[in-house]
Amino acid sequence: MFGSQLSGHPRPFAPVLARADEIILGKGPEIRLAAACLLAGGHLLIEDLPGLGKTTLAQTLARLLGLQFSRIQFTSDLLPADITGVSIFDREKGEFRFLPGPIFSQLILADEINRATPKTQSALLEAMEEGQVTVEGETRLLPSPFFVVATQNPTHQIGTFPLPESQLDRFLMRLELGYPDRAAERALLATGGQRQALSHLTPLLEASALPALQREVAAVHAAGPLIDYVQALLEASRQNPSFQHGLSPRAGLALLAAARAWAWLADRDMVLPDDVQAVLPAVARHRLRSAQGSGHASREDIAALIRGVAIP
Amino acid sequence: MTTQASEALDHWAVPWLFVAALATVAPHFEHQPTWLSAYCVLAFGWAAWLWWQDRRLPGRLILMLIVVGGCGGIWIEFRTLFGRDSGVSLLVLLMALKLLELRSRRDAIVVVTLAYFLLLTHYFYSQSIATGLWLLAALWIVTASLIRIHGGIAASLSGTLRHASVLAIQALPFMLVLYLLFPRVGGPLWGLPQDAHSGRSGLSDSMAPGNIANLAQSGEIAFRVLFAGTTPPRDKLYWRGPVFENFDGITWRPHGGLGQRARVEHQGLPVAYETTLEAHNQRWLLALDAPSTVPAESFLSNNLTVNARQPVNYRQRFRFTSTLDYRFNVKENPSILERNLQLPAERNPRTQALAHSWKASGASPEEILGKALDLFASEFFYTLRPPLLGENGIDEFLFSTRRGFCEHYSAAFVVLMRAAGIPARVVTGYQGGERNPVDGYLIVRQSDAHAWSEVWLDKRGWVRVDPTAAVSPARIETGIANALPAGEPLPALLQVRTDWLRTLRHRWEAINNAWNQQVLGFDRERQREMLARFGIPDADWRDLALALGIASTLLLAAILAWALRNRRQYDPVTQLWHKALRLLARRQLHCAPWETPLTLAARVRIARPELAEPFDAVVEAYLLARYGTPGHDLKPLRSAIARLHRWRCC
Repeated sequence: MFGSQLSGHPRPFAPVLARADEIILGKGPEIRLAAACLLAGGHLLIEDLPGLGKTTLAQTLARLLGLQFSRIQFTSDLLPADITGVSIFDREKGEFRFLPGPIFSQLILADEINRATPKTQSALLEAMEEGQVTVEGETRLLPSPFFVVATQNPTHQIGTFPLPESQLDRFLMRLELGYPDRAAERALLATGGQRQALSHLTPLLEASALPALQREVAAVHAAGPLIDYVQALLEASRQNPSFQHGLSPRAGLALLAAARAWAWLADRDMVLPDDVQAVLPAVARHRLRSAQGSGHASREDIAALIRGVAIP
Repeated sequence: MTTQASEALDHWAVPWLFVAALATVAPHFEHQPTWLSAYCVLAFGWAAWLWWQDRRLPGRLILMLIVVGGCGGIWIEFRTLFGRDSGVSLLVLLMALKLLELRSRRDAIVVVTLAYFLLLTHYFYSQSIATGLWLLAALWIVTASLIRIHGGIAASLSGTLRHASVLAIQALPFMLVLYLLFPRVGGPLWGLPQDAHSGRSGLSDSMAPGNIANLAQSGEIAFRVLFAGTTPPRDKLYWRGPVFENFDGITWRPHGGLGQRARVEHQGLPVAYETTLEAHNQRWLLALDAPSTVPAESFLSNNLTVNARQPVNYRQRFRFTSTLDYRFNVKENPSILERNLQLPAERNPRTQALAHSWKASGASPEEILGKALDLFASEFFYTLRPPLLGENGIDEFLFSTRRGFCEHYSAAFVVLMRAAGIPARVVTGYQGGERNPVDGYLIVRQSDAHAWSEVWLDKRGWVRVDPTAAVSPARIETGIANALPAGEPLPALLQVRTDWLRTLRHRWEAINNAWNQQVLGFDRERQREMLARFGIPDADWRDLALALGIASTLLLAAILAWALRNRRQYDPVTQLWHKALRLLARRQLHCAPWETPLTLAARVRIARPELAEPFDAVVEAYLLARYGTPGHDLKPLRSAIARLHRWRCC
């Protein structure tokens, strides 16, 4: 195996990943991607069928990282004010008092985001983008760090409002959890799952430590040839006839940030092409639309994209 | 990117092969047996249908039956499987049937190879501009198919075609070098098989009523002439072909044997010209009466016909000089004169009686000649469609039908002369020709084929008498198109009376002629002239091979220089990494361009565990140098590669 030169000092994050692996069985790569997403300062969209552990993943991360957590269950009758909060009249003091909504938390789990109306969705998404909300003419800052982990059911299910492209772009990554493998499912069935363990999970990091880690991630070195590679991938996505349109410059920034986080999680101080290839599906799939059919780019499309670009 | 021959063929590559196969096979349909064309079309249709429906291809047994059936048919048709026609038919058949067997990329490559070969076979039949253009287009499509079956960069239609064009253009300089310098054989480039020279039209080596009339309906070009000076007047343009002296009552045949050399007294200025004779598979050449110098590879026979040593079975150029005023064989061998008085006694009694009466009246030969011409000038009718004649054909023609073409007039005239005791014979050849104002060539067509007579007069030798001129002076003065009455079956080409169409035809024929003269006519002699201009006099095949070698090397060097100039300049780290990859490649481990060093290392660990340790060291050093923070020196990478280089598995 490789010597110590390639890997830098071990990360304090390793225990978090190890503990999360114990809670959510057989989903190591997805947990790492989710962690990378948070470390890169991005928001995460988890898309899959009900019952595959989306909510558990979000809750586990919140608790382990010691983040203030709140959950919003999106329904079709949810209003923007239900998220951001309302001002009510305090009779005793004779003035209006702002009751902050669930969005004033460090980690929001926006469950089944595609069940809400577009109006409500966009209230959340604007908050995500700007880090602040404006209620009744008054702008209020959201806490820092601020993460949104949104989950959604595949859009072909009845009674859903698919997120528009422009909103999807605000999520750094989109993950699919998929069914657990045989061994993981067996363990799950045998032990009845670790969901109850969630409530007594102790934080392994302090919330205040997270910004420092994020700064460390942003400092991971990306050499010229690596940026060339990212650029070549972006260009290839724009010329590839299997996509309706290519990746945006914002997607390029997201790709590089995610790759940095992935490299940092691998204890490295520099980004390698491997990191870019590892995060590319999660970063790019929801931003690319397949030229055939109406869906997003498939895993195979991304694999073909990678195979079509020589590493500089 | 490598592709395996056994890989299954991409479904959408198949139509490319269909088009390529059709493009290479289709022109052969024109001259191969109809049943074979139908057979091929059926095979094409079947293969296309199977592809469209995505059905299974026919099994081995069925294919075998179809092949045997087709080959059997070819055997029955040609009685052989070799030679030009049957060989080409066999290839066409195999091409069509291979389409029913397109399973793997290997089959596709067979089709493409066969297509390239079939392209060449078209030159056995035609070397015209149209053929050349068609084959260029077909070559392009075949090359595009070859690119397409290998997939790769060019899955799109336009991409594939563009790539094929680039390849074709890159091949162009080599094509030119080969064209200019490849040693020429003394013959046509193609047309070697035995049956290659069949089915050519032209003058025949015998003459019976109707022969020339048939020929006159063909607009094909017999030969082209370029005069050094001005073109002589039309009524002097008698191009002599075979001379017929033996007559059996119906058919005229030449007398065998060569005889001594003709004794010609030339009067007046010589006319120099070059003829480009189309292949007619006969030995005679066509020259103006009377030739004074003939080409080296031919000789002038006693009756003024110029014969080549070999049959003319490809388009050839000959240089002559002729004198249009001449006397020849004033002192003729008595046996020849005797021969030219012979007539079958029992045939044509009325003609003979008429001639005897002229002779009995004591008229001189010149007067008898005049009487005969007067006879023709009186009530005879010039037509391409004369009535059929019986046993005493000359009698019927002279006394009842009175309708005929040049062969009737010349034959009847010669019979009259011989019966009157004047030695006479039939001369066939061409008369006149049409001057193309575009390039100045005189074009002589099969429709200019003509027959006239020659009589021997004391002190004057053999004298040309053209009885057709007495019947239809227009034939000699302006050509056949104006001499025939309306409604005669002339070739469509000659019926054109519109000016712009005529101009168009002249231009087209001038282009064809330039192609023939400049491109196809680039023979050994021209090649030698060209090399002499470049300072290589008397080049033989060794000089040519040397020149070819030098030119190809220079071309390759130029292309190499261009390629090297365009090669990306790699930095030292990448160069070292490529060196490591070459070391791996020597051990059958190839790195795909998109493969990261770490994935490659993982693969090496599995495939060649013994290399894992030194290669991991290389990968680590390379990654640090290339993707790490700047300032890493190359020493660790160099030493790691040196270690990998020295590594021997135990």
